[in-house]
Amino acid sequence: MKYAFFLGCTVPVRNLNYELSARLVARKLGLELVDLEDFQCCGFPLKSINYFDSLIVAARNLALAEQADLPVCTLCSACGGYLSEANHLLQNSIDLRKKVNDRLRVLGLEYKGALQIKHFLRILYEDIGIEKIKERIARPLVGFTFAPHYGCHYIKPAETAGGIDPVEDPKSLSELIEVTGAKALKYDTLLNCCGGSVLGAKEDLANTLASQKLGEVNQLGGDGLVLICPFCNVMFEGQQKKIEKKLEQKLKVPVLYYPQLLGLAFGIAPDELGFKLNRIKDKEFLKQFEKEV
Amino acid sequence: MDRLDLKKLDPNFKHRVAQELGGEHIRTCYSCGVCSARCPIEKIEPEYNPRKIIRMILLGMEEELLKEAFLWHCSTCYTCQESCPQQVNFTEVIFALRNMAVRKGLAPAGMGVAQNLLCQQGRMYEVGDFENEKRLEMGLPKIKGNPEDYKKLLED
Repeated sequence: MKYAFFLGCTVPVRNLNYELSARLVARKLGLELVDLEDFQCCGFPLKSINYFDSLIVAARNLALAEQADLPVCTLCSACGGYLSEANHLLQNSIDLRKKVNDRLRVLGLEYKGALQIKHFLRILYEDIGIEKIKERIARPLVGFTFAPHYGCHYIKPAETAGGIDPVEDPKSLSELIEVTGAKALKYDTLLNCCGGSVLGAKEDLANTLASQKLGEVNQLGGDGLVLICPFCNVMFEGQQKKIEKKLEQKLKVPVLYYPQLLGLAFGIAPDELGFKLNRIKDKEFLKQFEKEV
Repeated sequence: MDRLDLKKLDPNFKHRVAQELGGEHIRTCYSCGVCSARCPIEKIEPEYNPRKIIRMILLGMEEELLKEAFLWHCSTCYTCQESCPQQVNFTEVIFALRNMAVRKGLAPAGMGVAQNLLCQQGRMYEVGDFENEKRLEMGLPKIKGNPEDYKKLLED
C-alpha cells in the first residue's frame, strides 16, 4: 500500500508530533508514505479570495501526484477536503479542467483527472481496517476514555468527502479509538465545529465555538480530546488558555493526535511519538507508558 | 432594518451569483430556513443569518450585502449545506460572495494575505533553515518553500 504523503503547510512546521506519529504508525502497518518534494499549499486558503486560482493551486498538487502515479494521503482535514473537492470538480467538468490545465501548462504540468485522495484516518479505517490494526495492539489502553473530534472537513461536504461516515453519525474515529482498548466518549457537542477558519476574521467568535466542546469534554472528564486536523488543534490546544480566561474556568483538556494514541497502543514510547510537543497533556497518563515500554 | 429602496435593488445580482463557482444553485432556495436553524454561528452572532443572506441575494441587495463583515464569519462547517433540501450549497455561496466582495475591494483588510504568502514563500508558513534543522533533528525529511511556481501560476 503506497501513497504520496501530502503534509500541507501547517503540519510540517507546527505539528511535528502529528507527522512523526503518523509516519511511525504507518510503518508498523506496512503503509508506505512517499514524500513528493514539490507538494506545497493545498489551495484552500485562497478559496475565499479567488476560487479559480485556488483550484489551480490544488490542481498543481494533483498533477504532481498523478505524474508519480500515486494516490494522495493527507494529514490535515482542510487539505484533504479541499484536494478532494478540487478533484471532484475537475473530474466532472471537462471545461473547468481545460481552463485549469491551460494555466498549469506554464509549469509543464497537466492534470488528467484519475487521482484518489484520502485522509490518513480514512486509510487506516478503509484500506488497513480495524481487524488488522487490532492484531498490532501491544499495549491496550484499557481504562482510559478519549473524546473523538471528527472536525468538519474530514466528512463534509459528503458529496466530495467520499462518504466515509454518515455526516450526522460518524463512527470511524470512535471505532479507531476503541480498537486501542480505550473508550470513545459519547457527548452532545461531538459534531461541533472547532471554529478554526473564523480565527483570522473574528477571534472571539472562534473561541466561543471551541469553548462549547472544551467545556463539555472538561465536565465529562476522560483523558483527552483526540484530533485529526491541525486547524482543530490551533483552536483546542493553541487557544485553550484564552478560552479558559473567557470562561473564567480551568479546563486543562489534554489534546492529542490520533496516531499518537494508536502509537502508544502499538507499544511506541511517548517521546518517539512527539508527546514532548503536546502543550496540554496528562503527564501521569504518559508516565505509565514510559515505564512499561 | 431600514425600509427597502426598490430602485436600489438589482434583479441581476442573483444571476451573477449563480455564475460564480459555488453559487450555481442559489436560485433554488424556497426559504425553509433550515440553514439558519442549524447554523452554529448564527446562534452566537445573530447578524450572521444564512436565510437572510439568501433573501438579500434574491432581492438584489448587492451593495449592502458585499460590504458586510459577517460574510467572513462563516466557519465553513458545512452544516447548512448538508441540511438543505434544495441543494443550495450555501457554504459554497458564501465563498462565491467573498470572491465577489474581494473583486469589488469590499473585503475586510487582511483577508487577501494568503495569495501574498504563496507568492513570497510558497507556503502559508515560512520554511527556512530553522524549520528544517528542527525537522532533521527529529528524523523528518527536509521540506522546501518554493514561491516561484505561484508567481508564474497566479495572476496579480
